[in-house]
Amino acid sequence: MNSYATDQAQDASSPSAVAEPVIVRLAAVRKSYKDVVAVERVDLEVRRGEFFTLLGPSGSGKTTSLRLIAGFEKPDSGLIELNGADVTGLPPYDRDINTVFQDYALFPHMTVAENIAYGLQAKRVPRDEIKPRVAEALRMVRLENFGERSPAQLSGGQRQRVGLARAIVNRPKVLLLDEPLGALDLKLRQEMQSELKRIQAEVGITFLYVTHDQEEALTMSDRIAIFNLGRIVQIGTPAQVYEEPADEFVAGFVGTSNILRRDGRRFALRPEKVRMMRADETSTEAGLHVEGGTITEVIYVGQFTRYVVRLADGTDITTVRQNSDRSTSGPREIVGSKVLVAWRSDNLFELR
Amino acid sequence: MISRFQTAYGTAADALSRGVRRVSAALWRRPAVSAGLLLLPPLGWFVLIYLAALAALFISAFWTVDSMTGDIVRDWTLQNFRTIFESPTNIAIALRTLGIATAVTITDIVLAFPFAYFMARLASPRQRIILSTLVLVPLWSSYLARVYAWRLIFAGDGLLNWCLRLVGFDGVEIGYTNWAMWIVFSYIWLPFMIMPVYAALERIPFSLFEASQDLGARAWRTLFRVVIPMSMPGVVAGSIFTFSLTLGDYITPVLVGGPGSTFIGNVVYNNVGITNNVPFAAAYATIPLVIMALYLSAARRTGAFEHL
Repeated sequence: MNSYATDQAQDASSPSAVAEPVIVRLAAVRKSYKDVVAVERVDLEVRRGEFFTLLGPSGSGKTTSLRLIAGFEKPDSGLIELNGADVTGLPPYDRDINTVFQDYALFPHMTVAENIAYGLQAKRVPRDEIKPRVAEALRMVRLENFGERSPAQLSGGQRQRVGLARAIVNRPKVLLLDEPLGALDLKLRQEMQSELKRIQAEVGITFLYVTHDQEEALTMSDRIAIFNLGRIVQIGTPAQVYEEPADEFVAGFVGTSNILRRDGRRFALRPEKVRMMRADETSTEAGLHVEGGTITEVIYVGQFTRYVVRLADGTDITTVRQNSDRSTSGPREIVGSKVLVAWRSDNLFELR
Repeated sequence: MISRFQTAYGTAADALSRGVRRVSAALWRRPAVSAGLLLLPPLGWFVLIYLAALAALFISAFWTVDSMTGDIVRDWTLQNFRTIFESPTNIAIALRTLGIATAVTITDIVLAFPFAYFMARLASPRQRIILSTLVLVPLWSSYLARVYAWRLIFAGDGLLNWCLRLVGFDGVEIGYTNWAMWIVFSYIWLPFMIMPVYAALERIPFSLFEASQDLGARAWRTLFRVVIPMSMPGVVAGSIFTFSLTLGDYITPVLVGGPGSTFIGNVVYNNVGITNNVPFAAAYATIPLVIMALYLSAARRTGAFEHL
């Protein structure tokens, strides 16, 4: 109920979020290691309060970009700005940024509370102010009674929460999260995803999130920057990058896409937008494009079944059908069946 | 005839292999038994040679020697310990040994830490190999040769004074003093400090350095709040070596020490070899043993034994 209300509020406020000032800016940033270029000319603007995700396969430059913003790496060239000020030459301890690490990076010889207090002590926050702020951070990650434990006594999910508390307690301008859920199992990961959203809504800090999990990126982000081969190939809202992928790479990396070649042009077509019909079925729906083909693959996934249909010209079209009725006898259509596939032409998205 | 022999032989071989299989399966089901069998020889060696010798030492410390005949008198008495603690000389020797062992340990910690830090954190893989070889090479050469080398360095017209005079200082006469012992011990046992400290520093995940910086800590705070606390087990492990090796040594005091440089080990050596008073030697030898036992039990609490 409560979270629904929050969602509503966020939806209502999203147009005004566009007007928020830029808090992180990367301009023509380049970083190479010896002769390997990790990041090639990255331009990026993140606005205040955004949940911004850097998405890409491993080695695409997303983690390097995050490390450049944190200050762990120095760029070969380019400019990094934080809240309008040039921080390119500043060490990590002089940047108003905190990081949540993939391996948690908790100090094993300190208690949970000492870990969280570390940043405040380094910034010489008065002693009597540290204690309530640590308690507040622990409350926010729902570990109220864990302050005196040692990190070794915590589970993976709890350690990640401590890592998060240790970062947000400093109230940074930007929070960097480097695949923070990568080491957790699926259920815990989903739980932490909504925890992260809740915490971001509560503290209002800009989140800059690195992941290679496209579903995670789609469900959590306000905007996504998609990396490939050291460059950003597209920046947009989840719906934009899903429905209007910039190129074939994005079309294939964010969700799955059928790539159709027609009249020398290339189009992306999402599997859920393809309808499969019996060979003798007809449809009168306007704008519906119908082609015949043969089923070459049937994959039962549980909530849906995935079919691969080979068209006359050899193109493989993937389509999905919801298993909306309970049945254990398997799908009607089997490999080798002749079927029709149909899509509305306005669901095709032309790739440049 | 032949065929019956073959049959009999075959049956016997089958029975044997069945037996082997059964024993191996039984061992597999009882891992504790196989571990016990594996440990029996070294454990037997350890108990017989090592613990038995220690026990013999400890028992004979409570015996005395008949001053007329030189025979050992097997009567229980605390006379040896009384002799030790009633003699200012013996107490001074014990305190000197303890003091120099402490000084050597502290010196080695101070020298080893930056060296190990460079090796573990800053050196390239190639530099690391070169440095660890340089640390270990002295251990392959003779202890005596190395101590003698220091005698030459400390000699009145030796290398040290030659270098000092070269830069315009007066020569120093530190050969055959406690200073010489301190320097030589610190040199000889340094590798035993560098290696465990290096191992401890190398085990600190790199992300902890980054996390510390990320949380606003400058180099000194990272050093004192993260690096030094996390390398303490290695430092303690190294100090067990430097401390105990110095405590038990009796060669370096003879070679580079002076008249006021007698160690516990020298007293023990003299009583065994010259005075033939083994019970007194045993009693005196229990002093470093007790000190080490106290030190080890204190060190155990820091988790240092995981780093040996």
